[in-house]
Amino acid sequence: MELLDNLILGFTTASTLWNLLFCLIGVLLGTLIGVLPGIGATATIAMLLPITFQIGDPVSALIMLAGVYYGAQYGGSTTAILINMPGESSSAVTAIDGYQMARSGRAGAALATAAIGSFFAGTVSTFLIALFAIPLTVVALKFGAAEFVSLMVVGLVSSVALAHGSVVKAMGMVVLGLLLGLVGTDVISGAPRFNLGIREYADGLNFVAVAVGVFGIAEMLRNLENEHDRSVLIRKVHGLLPTREDFRRMAAPILRGTALGSVLGILPGAGAILGSFASYTVEKRLSNHPEEFGKGAIEGVAGPESANNAGAQTSFIPMLTLGIPTNPVMALMAGAMIIQGIVPGPNVATEQPSLFWGIIASMWIGNLLLIVLNLPLIGLWVKLLTVPYYILFPIIMAFCSIGVYSVNSNVYDLYVVAFFGIFGYALMKMRCEPAPLLLGFVLGPLLEENLRRAMILSKGDPMTFITRPISATLLVLAAAVLVIVFLPAVKKKRAEVFVEESA
Amino acid sequence: MKSIRIDSTNGLCGAFFIACGLFFAYQSWILDMGTALRMGPGYFPLLLAAVLVLLGIVVLIQATRVQGEPIGPLAWRGMLLILPAPIFFGLTVRGLGFVPAIFIAAFTASFASVRMKPLPALILSAAVTLFAYFVFSKGLNLPFRPFGPWLGF
Repeated sequence: MELLDNLILGFTTASTLWNLLFCLIGVLLGTLIGVLPGIGATATIAMLLPITFQIGDPVSALIMLAGVYYGAQYGGSTTAILINMPGESSSAVTAIDGYQMARSGRAGAALATAAIGSFFAGTVSTFLIALFAIPLTVVALKFGAAEFVSLMVVGLVSSVALAHGSVVKAMGMVVLGLLLGLVGTDVISGAPRFNLGIREYADGLNFVAVAVGVFGIAEMLRNLENEHDRSVLIRKVHGLLPTREDFRRMAAPILRGTALGSVLGILPGAGAILGSFASYTVEKRLSNHPEEFGKGAIEGVAGPESANNAGAQTSFIPMLTLGIPTNPVMALMAGAMIIQGIVPGPNVATEQPSLFWGIIASMWIGNLLLIVLNLPLIGLWVKLLTVPYYILFPIIMAFCSIGVYSVNSNVYDLYVVAFFGIFGYALMKMRCEPAPLLLGFVLGPLLEENLRRAMILSKGDPMTFITRPISATLLVLAAAVLVIVFLPAVKKKRAEVFVEESA
Repeated sequence: MKSIRIDSTNGLCGAFFIACGLFFAYQSWILDMGTALRMGPGYFPLLLAAVLVLLGIVVLIQATRVQGEPIGPLAWRGMLLILPAPIFFGLTVRGLGFVPAIFIAAFTASFASVRMKPLPALILSAAVTLFAYFVFSKGLNLPFRPFGPWLGF
């Protein structure tokens, strides 16, 4: 059976001692930084991205990066539960009931529930990826330039729909990101563009430098705005194992959360965020004792955490098969692949099967490592929460500097870091989400190239996007998403959801 | 006549979009435009820049209608001490070598927080430098010079 052969190939690739080591390092580093409050998964990955480039083998590098991703996500839920400070919006839901459980002395059970739910969801979604990867790749290989343009439009529009706050601002962010992505040299004519005459930017702005600036530095600056003490509630976590009653109560939410998260994760732009919200709402509605929600209901941790992890994993599907990153984290992964010399897209599965399946298998291994490591290491993570924040600034700055420099040995990349640090901070102050910007930045050159190619193929007729059926369907989808966002009822609901989230 | 009140956050944001749009529009204008059939390097960016200006105008109009949240406190000290760290590193990594460059970058960034005292900052920066030296130079074998020509090496 083909699927089985593929999975075996994947597991043999991922379980070499070398790759296991990188997976382990990635998971550990990811958790380590993810646990630090105020630093979300995206910022964590942006900061650790340069390190992975030093690994010569792209398979190991991407395995490590994927490990960082799960680690960061897990670390984020730990902070959410223990100090009610979610680093990423996807763990904001976990904080609601998780923190309440911790306050009533059940932090251990909450953490274990999160870990078990994540592991189960991770296992299921790994198989889903393996199952859907090949058929989707086959479809994607039929895609022409016009279809790719339409697909990217869907991705960008969805990222707008799911950004916080103003839709118009999010659209501005996408457009600005696309423009910034075009800085460098025009691929077709070779003409230099927007580089202000600086030869060092001929290859475009370094993706890692932009990401570190917009996410890493900007986030640090925001943390510096008011330095107040964090109250760490729990100094020691005991009673890790949930009771039998807990297990009985968490089983169904985990199953439902996994299903919801997996489906919603595939949607462009959705990532893990939508799944965890949907799951929380569903659990609250189905529960026999909805009054417990918000006061430490274990279902409120189990469901969203499973959905969160399932979505995080299935969001790899569009990136791996179509080459279209659907959220900022996937944009970072795609950027990492490009720097390693691999163009993300349907060809990866056929041309580099060991890389493709190796990454998929490593997802499961990463999840396994997380559950094995984190339950015993929880004491260490709790200690880490008490580390004063200010000692992190020099450490992060030193590693960001050397890390970004090590990618291309181009000192101009460091100026990009500083510039985009303040740029990202300014965006934050103007209540603009940086996520659509980064997505636009990665897709900018791809979108332009395919648009120009599609126009040449159609002899200059823009109707090509509407007359080709797949392309037309995708554009209708994009239009539908836009219309829905602007519907008054949805607009109101959307505002409510995001208010709840930031509360 | 009622005077127009502009929400500061959105007003700035609109102006920022328009400024960015105009910058890219001007830069694209110089480039070859081409035709819709064979787009030149300036075609797509000019289109995007126009959209950005338009979005900026929309945000600006919204700013006169709704009062949003204020901008809030700014991390001046952070900006002043965090941002120069990578720039300084970039300026000196070739000349001084990466050991002094990292040390100074870390040391500057230390004072971004009001809580950092000089002695712990010194120790911390030294530790970070040492660690970075072993990881990047010894461990990963990057071809960086630990000490550069400005120091007589």
